[in-house]
Amino acid sequence: MGNKQTIFTPQQLDAYQDCTFFTRKEILRLYQRYRDLAPQLVPLDYTSKPDVKLPYQLIGSMPELKDNPFRQRIAEVFSEDGEGNMTLDDFLDMFSVLSEMAPRDLKAYYAFKIYDFNNDDFICKSDLENTLTKLTRSELTEDEVRMVSEKVLDEADLDNDGRLSLEDFQHMIVRAPDFLSTFHIRI
Amino acid sequence: MAQSVNFDQFADHLEEDMESPVDEAAVHDSFSHLIEEQALGFPGDFDALQMDPLDLDDEARDDVGYLGYPGQRPEERYQQGHPHVDQRGHPHVEQRGHPHVDQWSSATLRILSSMPSRTIGRSRGAIISQYYNRTMQLRRRKQSRPSIRDFSRSSRPSIRGYGGVDSDLGDFTEEETKRERLVNNLQNLSASDRVRMLRAMPLSVSEKTEFRCSRSILAVEDVIRWQETFRPERSYSRSNLPCCSQCKDSLIIVARQTWYSCLSLLSSLQLWHTALKTVSGRFGTGVLSYFVFLRTLLFFNIFLFSVTGLFLVLPQAVFSSGLNSTTGPSGLELLTGGGCFTESVMFYGYYTNATLKEHCVQKEPNSSTVHQMGCHGRLYYNMPLAYFFTIGAAFLFTCIILVYTMKKLFGQSFRIDKSQSILAMKVFCSWDFKVMKKTSVKLQSENISTQLKELLAEVGRKKEKVPIPQKLAWISMNVLGWSLCLGSTLACVVAVHYFSEYMHKDLQLRARNSNPSESPLVKEASLLALPVVVSSINLLLPGFFNTVASVEKYDSPSMRTYVAISRNLMLKVSVLGILCFHWLGRIAADPQSLKLKCWETFVGQELYRFLVMDFIFTILDTFFGEFLWRLFSQKLLRRKRKPVFDIARNVLELIYGQTLAWMGVLFTPLLPAVQILKLLCLFYMKKTSLMMNCQVPRKPWHASHMTTVFITLLCFPSFLGAAVCVTLTMWSIKPSQSCGPFRGLQTMIQSGKHWVKQLESTNSNLAWLSWVHTYLVENPVVFIFFMVMIFVIVIYFHTQVVDGQRKIITLLQDQIENEGEDKKFLITRLQAIHEQNRPSSSQRIRGTSEDSSDY
Repeated sequence: MGNKQTIFTPQQLDAYQDCTFFTRKEILRLYQRYRDLAPQLVPLDYTSKPDVKLPYQLIGSMPELKDNPFRQRIAEVFSEDGEGNMTLDDFLDMFSVLSEMAPRDLKAYYAFKIYDFNNDDFICKSDLENTLTKLTRSELTEDEVRMVSEKVLDEADLDNDGRLSLEDFQHMIVRAPDFLSTFHIRI
Repeated sequence: MAQSVNFDQFADHLEEDMESPVDEAAVHDSFSHLIEEQALGFPGDFDALQMDPLDLDDEARDDVGYLGYPGQRPEERYQQGHPHVDQRGHPHVEQRGHPHVDQWSSATLRILSSMPSRTIGRSRGAIISQYYNRTMQLRRRKQSRPSIRDFSRSSRPSIRGYGGVDSDLGDFTEEETKRERLVNNLQNLSASDRVRMLRAMPLSVSEKTEFRCSRSILAVEDVIRWQETFRPERSYSRSNLPCCSQCKDSLIIVARQTWYSCLSLLSSLQLWHTALKTVSGRFGTGVLSYFVFLRTLLFFNIFLFSVTGLFLVLPQAVFSSGLNSTTGPSGLELLTGGGCFTESVMFYGYYTNATLKEHCVQKEPNSSTVHQMGCHGRLYYNMPLAYFFTIGAAFLFTCIILVYTMKKLFGQSFRIDKSQSILAMKVFCSWDFKVMKKTSVKLQSENISTQLKELLAEVGRKKEKVPIPQKLAWISMNVLGWSLCLGSTLACVVAVHYFSEYMHKDLQLRARNSNPSESPLVKEASLLALPVVVSSINLLLPGFFNTVASVEKYDSPSMRTYVAISRNLMLKVSVLGILCFHWLGRIAADPQSLKLKCWETFVGQELYRFLVMDFIFTILDTFFGEFLWRLFSQKLLRRKRKPVFDIARNVLELIYGQTLAWMGVLFTPLLPAVQILKLLCLFYMKKTSLMMNCQVPRKPWHASHMTTVFITLLCFPSFLGAAVCVTLTMWSIKPSQSCGPFRGLQTMIQSGKHWVKQLESTNSNLAWLSWVHTYLVENPVVFIFFMVMIFVIVIYFHTQVVDGQRKIITLLQDQIENEGEDKKFLITRLQAIHEQNRPSSSQRIRGTSEDSSDY
């Protein structure tokens, strides 16, 4: 019990519990995971809110992300600087969104961001091709990739503007019952 | 003059290909180019615009009337404004529906691009996402400060382009306003809603923390001040708010802290966290669903056990004298449940029918006698009543939990929608983020690419016509398969029927001419014959079904799974039905012929035997079917492939076991404990076997659909069947006369009647209770009538509500279409006005910029 108090103040823990989908215990566990990535960088005392950032190389080497083809995008989307370097807050944020408790809308929002490789708030054809390459490890031929992305746009693009907006994406997600269970990382 | 050139290019574009959606990108390209240049050319105008007062009323934004007053809504410039065309197609009609007005002036374009429907994320939390985008952008800019052009990543006529010329001061005030609005939104919610909304915001934790602080410390005063400034008509009602809200806040804090402690208690109960993580990391969501289902069943049993243990087993064990076992343990009892177990708290027969009292341990022969009350102990415990109500309440709560879970799952996984977007779902929703193992990741991407290829081929050929002879061959194959399966099921059922009859007659024979020379062990062992036969049928027949199914031809793999499930289910339900008849119809109806002292105990033992046998057969199956088969195929056949974990079959076995446990809880109050042990062992065994022997299933697995199906199966045939059996026993079958809590009664339900009579005689005010009891519980027809009526009424109201909602949806859709028409009309009008204000084409740009500053 003693060391729990020294890492965070009770107010900080309350704040974290209010802002994420985690309980006190899980927050502490996540902090341990974060610290394990770089014990020499992360201090044991977080009460004074130290400005610590772990580089993407460390974050991406977590077993949960290591083999995920979208690991870089995930890290980029959730990091404050957009380059995958994460503070503890970002780290908590990431796993909170990917947790079981996060609502569909929130998950869909971040999934959209992850698949939106060029950050233009639309999933366009190049994003789709990027996604497909990562998804299938370049097993599809160029022609197939082109056809699949055309079909996907054709199916999901409600307003016929040739790309998927967040609305289109959410509309599709609502009808995909497996999304909630697959867009989820157990930590 | 570059602008006009651009504009003409744009017009040409439109005239050339107006229909292709792909080319719209090009169109937008020229839009953005145009606007960018405008922004560069006339920065002053836009700075002037930015100083305009803010309109904070969000609700009014969809108002069509604002189209004419763009200057009043400068904040819309911050909304990542891409002309986002709505589903009903209204904003784009200018190019499709009205080809004659294909040249929009830049002022019109600016208004179009600032339309709320063209901004990102209009659904819930539109402001939030805008705020998020804004702050992210701001933050990134503060770090690196790139040039303006870097911001027009979008080819849309992006308002972001203007952001580059804004002063940072302006950004900050804008951000503050957004914040204020958000804080205000949060303030108006109740505490729990507030936390929920805060959690669901797509903001980073640090920003949420800021919000949280500002709302709990500063926000109250801020918001009041804000409200007094902006909404004077409301301020009077808020004048006494701080005190109240402080009290409320402190209350909320206390409540929240207790809630958190409850939550952390719950999370510490989260069983098998790491084990589940390993399984999902290696095998993905499909196999995980089996283990999660197993855990759900475990929780059901823990609930059942805690209820029966607390209210039945514990009082009985505390108040009764010690065990008086007559025979020594022989080891066989563990399998049969006989011997020294017979006279223990495990079975129905051991329970007393007396009222247990604190200080007088002597057992009263009749619980309904009044002079019991004279005993000096204050605490008394009416065992028959407790038995009756405990079982009843346990079933009722299980039913409620099951129905609730089912409702929730149905809401999540079945959203019926006509339009199909399979390919899109496959691309965006099929990657299982849980999977961590390298080979599994590889396999997953292989699976996805094969599925994509298949889907592509399917879309390509568009329902290829199968030649009729081939189709006929398939159909006849399927018919043959079904008749084989049905026939074998029927044969098994008949076999079980005759075998149980034979065993029954055998027992009767033994009971009639009891042979002292016969070893009791042989007698005990002969009881195991029926469970062994049934369990082996349960083990072998699914294999046969699988073999049959491999020859058949089905359209989709999910169809195949459903067929397999329905066949297995049919087998299990019919076998269980025959067994129920055997227990309740043969044994319970005529216990004398078997010379049974207590038929309930006997049936309880039978159920115990079935449960244990089922477990043993599962172990054997795991060992032989998975472990040895893997060794065989890898060492001898030198095949790389490992056996695949059959989720559907394993889950159905779980459901079968659970049905037995539910049926048996009346006769064997400790059966849930046995089931708990079984499930615990099963979990570790299956997990080990899975890790050692199995590989990832290649079939696509709709985990959420299947979970729903499994819970439904658990609820419908399984729980409902068990509940019907138990109710039938309680209502209409005569309990044994010499054992158990209900001895001396005609039916179990009468224990309640006695109690009510007793209450009535001691307290005449409770006469209504007996009336209620007579009509509701004892007269099942009236009771059932009432229940059915209530159900029908509830269902009727539900359908009415759904119907009303459907009507409203149609109305709203009509309204949306009308609004689209209105927008079209207004846009044309707007354009016409701009055309009038523009005397010559050379002064076009100047004119529009003047227009905008005029507003």
